Amino acid sequence: MTDLTRLSASAVAEKLRAGEVTSVEVTQAYLDRIAAVEPEIHAYLHVSADDALATARDVDARRAAGEELHPLAGVPIAVKDVVVTQGMPSTAGSKILEGWIPPYDATLVERIRAARMPILGKTNMDEFAMGSSTEHSAYGNTHNPWDLDRIPGGSGGGSAAAVAAFAAPLAIGTDTGGSIRQPGAVTGTVGVKPTYGSVSRYGLIALASSLDQAGPVTRTVLDSALLHELIGGHDPRDSTSIPEPLPDVVAAARQGALGDLSGVRVGIVEQLQGEGYQPGVQARFEESVELLKEAGAEVVQVSCPHFEYALAAYYLILPAEASSNLAKFDGMRFGLRVEPEEGPVTAERVMAATRGAGFGDEVKRRIILGTYALSAGYYDAYYGSAQKVRTLIQRDFEAAFEQADVLVSPTAPTTAFKLGEKLDDPLAMYLNDVATIPANLAGVPGISVPNGLSDDNLPVGFQVLAPAKADDRLYRVGAALEAALEARWGGPLLDRAPELG
Amino acid sequence: MTQMVDYADAVRRYDPVLGIEVHVELGTRTKMFCPAEASFGAEPNTQTTPVSLGLPGALPVVNGTAVEYAIRIGLALNCQIAESCRFARKNYFYPDVPKNFQTSQYDEPIAFEGWLDVELEDGTIHRVEIERAHMEEDAGKNTHVGGSTGRIHGAEYSLVDYNRAGIPLVEIVTKPITGVGDRAPEVARAYVQALRDIFRVLDVSEARMERGNVRADVNVSLRPTAESPLGTRTETKNVNSFRSVERVVRHEISRQAVALDAGETIVQETRHWHEDTGVTTSGRVKSDAEDYRYFPEPDLVPVEPSREWVEEIRATLPELPQARRRRLQTEWGYADAEMRDVVNAGAIELIEATVAAGSSPAAARKWWMGELARRAKQDEAELADLPITPAQIGELQGLVDAGRINDKIARQVLDGVLAGEGDPESVVVSRGLEIVSDDGALLAAIDEALAAQPDVVEKVRGGNQGPVGAIIGAVMKATRGQADAKRVRELVLERIGA
Repeated sequence: MTDLTRLSASAVAEKLRAGEVTSVEVTQAYLDRIAAVEPEIHAYLHVSADDALATARDVDARRAAGEELHPLAGVPIAVKDVVVTQGMPSTAGSKILEGWIPPYDATLVERIRAARMPILGKTNMDEFAMGSSTEHSAYGNTHNPWDLDRIPGGSGGGSAAAVAAFAAPLAIGTDTGGSIRQPGAVTGTVGVKPTYGSVSRYGLIALASSLDQAGPVTRTVLDSALLHELIGGHDPRDSTSIPEPLPDVVAAARQGALGDLSGVRVGIVEQLQGEGYQPGVQARFEESVELLKEAGAEVVQVSCPHFEYALAAYYLILPAEASSNLAKFDGMRFGLRVEPEEGPVTAERVMAATRGAGFGDEVKRRIILGTYALSAGYYDAYYGSAQKVRTLIQRDFEAAFEQADVLVSPTAPTTAFKLGEKLDDPLAMYLNDVATIPANLAGVPGISVPNGLSDDNLPVGFQVLAPAKADDRLYRVGAALEAALEARWGGPLLDRAPELG
Repeated sequence: MTQMVDYADAVRRYDPVLGIEVHVELGTRTKMFCPAEASFGAEPNTQTTPVSLGLPGALPVVNGTAVEYAIRIGLALNCQIAESCRFARKNYFYPDVPKNFQTSQYDEPIAFEGWLDVELEDGTIHRVEIERAHMEEDAGKNTHVGGSTGRIHGAEYSLVDYNRAGIPLVEIVTKPITGVGDRAPEVARAYVQALRDIFRVLDVSEARMERGNVRADVNVSLRPTAESPLGTRTETKNVNSFRSVERVVRHEISRQAVALDAGETIVQETRHWHEDTGVTTSGRVKSDAEDYRYFPEPDLVPVEPSREWVEEIRATLPELPQARRRRLQTEWGYADAEMRDVVNAGAIELIEATVAAGSSPAAARKWWMGELARRAKQDEAELADLPITPAQIGELQGLVDAGRINDKIARQVLDGVLAGEGDPESVVVSRGLEIVSDDGALLAAIDEALAAQPDVVEKVRGGNQGPVGAIIGAVMKATRGQADAKRVRELVLERIGA
C-alpha cells in the first residue's frame, strides 16, 4: 500500500469516497508519522489522537451507512494554536494561556467539525503570531523539515512544517503580515491568505484585527482551494465578514491546472524584487514568470511606489492594535495568574505580575511600541500617519490592478535562515515580510506556491496577489504555475526534501 | 443652616457652570455586542457569552435595536444623526472591563448638536444644549467584600459580575450649562428628570433610577462672573437620584466657593457623593486627563443609518412629555399655575386616565389635587400609590354628575373605596348612600317635619320664606343627608302651599 501521508488531501478524499481507505487508516497513518517526526521538527503543541480517531471512526461509520458527506470528510487537519478549539488547549504559543481550555469553537473550527474532519492537533507558532521564524514560541522552536537547523518561517511555522513533513495533509494558518505565505515559501508548501473578511475571524486569538486573516496551508493548490471553500464565507459573528458568497476557488484551481492562462495579465511589482532578494530567489522568480508567459499570460511591469513605506506603517498599526487586543490577558478571568512575590495582592499588581511573567520579549516589545504609538500627543504622528500610508498602498494596488489581473513577486526575500540567526535583530526579522505585508495592509488575497530551490537547496515561494474578493484568480494562476513546475520537475518539490523520522 | 447661607452667598459672588453626563441603560433584550440576555437581577455571571467575558478570539457585533434606540434618543433631543459613525476602544485596565478596553464612541457619536428645554417648577424654561449622545457598553459590577465601607480599600477580596458587562448604554453629554445662577441645582435636577421622562416615553429604557438604569455624572465649576473664562471643574460620578443631583450641585457650589475664597485652587478630579452625609469627597485626580489611547475599533465596521431609516424613526416617535403637557393643558383648559401644580404633583397620567373614564377635566383635577392630594400627604404616599384608580374616580364623579350622590356623600364613598370596599357603585349600595329621590319617601319625612314645626309653616304661609331652611334641615337630617336638597325645598313649598 502506498504511504497515505504522501498523498494530497484531494487524493485522500478521493480514496475515502471510493472506499479504498478508511478515515481511521488515514488518521492513524498521520498519527504514526507525527510520532515519528515530531522529535525532530516539533510542529505540534498538542496532538489530539483520541479525538481525531473518534471523529475518524464516526465518519467511517457514516460513510458506510451511505450518509451524504462533505468532500473533505475524514481527511485529517492540523490547526494553528491561535485558533480556539473547544475542549482542546489553545495557547497561541504563549505561557499566558498555558492550561486554558476554550469553552467555544472558532467559526472555522465549527466548519471543520461539521465537515467531520479529524483534528490532529494544534500547531506551534510565534507567540501571539508575532514573528517570522516560530522562534518566539514559548514552547520551543519548530525545525524546518528541509534543514533541521533552520527556521520553518513564522508565525505559522508549525502548520507549514507539519504539512511539509507529511505530519498533516492540511493545516490552518493565520496571516497578519505573511504568517501563512512566508512559512509556505521556506518549507516548500502552498499557503493562502484570503481576502480580508472572507474567512471569519471569530475565534482567532487576535493579533491585529484589521490585518488578521485565516487561510489554508497545504501541499497543493487544489487542496488549498478545497479547504478555503470550507472555511470561507459569511459569518454573522464577525462584523468585518464579507456578505457576498466566495468566488468558486475550487473550479478556478481545476481550470488553472489545465495550464492555459491566455488572456490573464500578470503584473510584476517593481518594488518587490531585485535588491535585497537572494539571487537564487530572484532567479527562480524570473523562471516562474517565464512559465506563466509560456502558459499564455501577458506579463506587464507595475509600480507600487508606496510599498516602500509598508513595513514602517505595518509596524505601527500592528503593535497599536495588538497592544489593545492583548490587554485582556491579565490573570483575572482565564489563563495564567501570577501573584506578586511581595507586597499587597491587588488586581493591578496581579495584572502586572501576570503579564510580566506570561508574555515573552517580542510580545512585550510590540505592546510597548503600540502603547506608545496610540498615546495622546503621538497618535496623529504614528497611528494616524500609518493609516494614511495604508490608504496610499491601497491606491497603489487599485492602480496596479487596472493594469494587471494579478500581481506577482517572490514570497520572501530569502530562503529559511538558521535558527537563532536573526533572533537578536528584530529589524532583520521584520524585513522577511517585506513582500507579504502590503497585501495585509490592503486586505487583498495572496498565495505562495513553491517554485523551486535556491542555490542553497532550500525552497523558494512565488507569490500571486489578486484584488479583494477575486481570490479565484490566485488559484487559477497558482495551479497553472504548479502544473508547469511539476511537469518540469517530474513531481512535487517536496519529493526532494530529505527523509525524516 | 450654615450650608444654606454659604450657598446663597456663593451664588451671589460666583457664577456656576454645569456639565451633565447622563448614562442610560437601554432596555434591549440582548447586550450591545453579543446575544447574551440583558435583563436585570439574574444570578451573577449567568448572562454572558465569550464576547461579554472578553475571551480570546471573541468578536463584537453591533445590536441593531440599540442603534435604533440611540437614534430615538438623539431625535428626541433635537440632535443631528450621523450618516456614518464609528466605535472606538477606550483602553484602561480594570477587572470589571473584561477586554480591558471599553468599546465606546469617541470622536464620531451617533447623535450630536441638540437641545432640550427643561421646565422648572415655577414654569421657567431653560434650554440645555446637548453636545452629543453616543453609544457604549456598560462594565461589569464589582462587589468588594470584607471591608467596612463596601469600597475597594480595606476589602479582603472583590467579586465581579459580568452580567452587566456589555449592556448597551447611551451617554448624553451637555455643553456647558451657563446662565443659571442660583437656580443651578434646580436646572440640573429638572434636566435629569426631563431625560428620565423622555426615556420612558420613548420606551428605550425602564429608566429606573434606583436600579442604576439612569446615572448622572455632574460637573460643576465656578467663575467670578459670567464673562470670566470657565473655572476648573469637578466631576461627581454616579449620582442616581433626582434629589441627589440637586444636592450635589448645591454642595459643590458651596464647597468650591469656600475653597476659592480661601485662595485655594480647585483640583480637576472625580468626586464621590455620599448620600447619608450630603457631601462629596475626592476620588481620582484627573489632572493629566488619563490617556485612554482611543483608536477606531477595528473589529467593527462603521454604523451608517440610512436617512430613510432615520426619518422612519422620526415619524414614529411618540409625543414627548413637554409637547404632551402643552396639548393636555389646552384640552383641559387649565391655567398655567394649575397645570404646573398637576405636573409637580405627578398627576398628569392620573388625571388623563380619570378624564378618559368620563370625568370632566375640572372635576378630575379637583379630586386628585384636592381630596386625594390631602389624603396622600396625610399618608405620606405618592398619589399614584393610593389604593384607588382613575377609573374609580371617574365612576365616582359620574355618580355625582348623575345626581345619585352629592359632593358630601361622595367623600364617604371615597372612604369606602380607599378602605377596599369595592368600586364606588358597590360602596354606594352597600353603605346605602344613594340620594333619596323617591318623592313618596321624601313627603313622609316632610310631613313629619311640618307637623313638628307649625310655627314655621305659619310664617312661610304668611309670605316669609326665610325660615323654610329649618324644615329642609330637618328633612335632610331625617334622611341622613341623602336627600336632594333642591327637591326637598320644592316639595316643602308645594306642601305648605306658599
